[in-house]
Amino acid sequence: MIDLDDLDRAFLRDLAREGTLSAGELGRRHGLSQPAAWRRVKRLTEAGVLAGQRVLVDRAALGFGVTVFLGVKLATKGRVSLEDFERAVTAIPEVQVVQHVLGLFDYRLRVVARDIADFERVLRRRIMTLPGVGQVEANVLLTEEARPGPLGGPSQE
Amino acid sequence: MQIDDTDRRLLRHLLAEPDLATPDLAARAGVTQATCWRRLERLSEQGVIAARQAVIDWRALGYEVEVSLRFTLDKTNPRAFDEFLTAAREVPEVIGIETFLGRVDVRLNVIARDMGHYQQIYRERILTLPHISDIEALMLIATIKESAGLPL
Repeated sequence: MIDLDDLDRAFLRDLAREGTLSAGELGRRHGLSQPAAWRRVKRLTEAGVLAGQRVLVDRAALGFGVTVFLGVKLATKGRVSLEDFERAVTAIPEVQVVQHVLGLFDYRLRVVARDIADFERVLRRRIMTLPGVGQVEANVLLTEEARPGPLGGPSQE
Repeated sequence: MQIDDTDRRLLRHLLAEPDLATPDLAARAGVTQATCWRRLERLSEQGVIAARQAVIDWRALGYEVEVSLRFTLDKTNPRAFDEFLTAAREVPEVIGIETFLGRVDVRLNVIARDMGHYQQIYRERILTLPHISDIEALMLIATIKESAGLPL
């Protein structure tokens, strides 16, 4: 695990908002030369802190108006049933996120659909037919907001 | 706003592999680099591509625990949502906030260094949030799939 100083945290805050910022631009913002800024970005990348890019799109503009989170409980447990379930669920194109969790449910799924009717189709034909699936709870996403996280600084408003 | 099949193909590849450099993306989508640049520019200007952000791996920074906290709020108070969300934004370890239509009203994604740290955040920062009527916790064991991909 690497230690961060205030400049590292400032870099991470900026990159978490604008992932395509160049080392030159980061340096200008924080009073560092381009090579010095580049060395910092390289160090953060090599330590695995900067773990790639994320592209945010306007899903509604692309015809996907509905995002639903599902809590899924398996009816049968055991190593084989977990593997079967995971293999089948990750292959569904409408399922963006699969998380194995501990608590009221066994899995959390993030599912996108064109509209509620389309979601019902995905739920009935693809989710309810998954191997081992038991109780399912659906919550329709209204808003989502990414927060800067524990990086200190002025964005911690 | 006009989105054609070429746009959809570009977006499909970009969402599946967001780290691709533009020349590689162009090759995957079967367009020239110039077309690829121009299309990406236009999709960004139109707001279809809303942002490109760096992913921070909190585990690499020593945050080993991630918990999904699901809240039901006391909706008899008309300001419950606003006041809860405003207070939740003040907690540094909250890395994501989602609101829902369903049995759950709000979900907070909370990270902590270890279970002791989590317990401290939970007691001092979470249970003190306003207008909570019920909380459920799902502790993340493993992320099996994480993609922004759309079946375009």
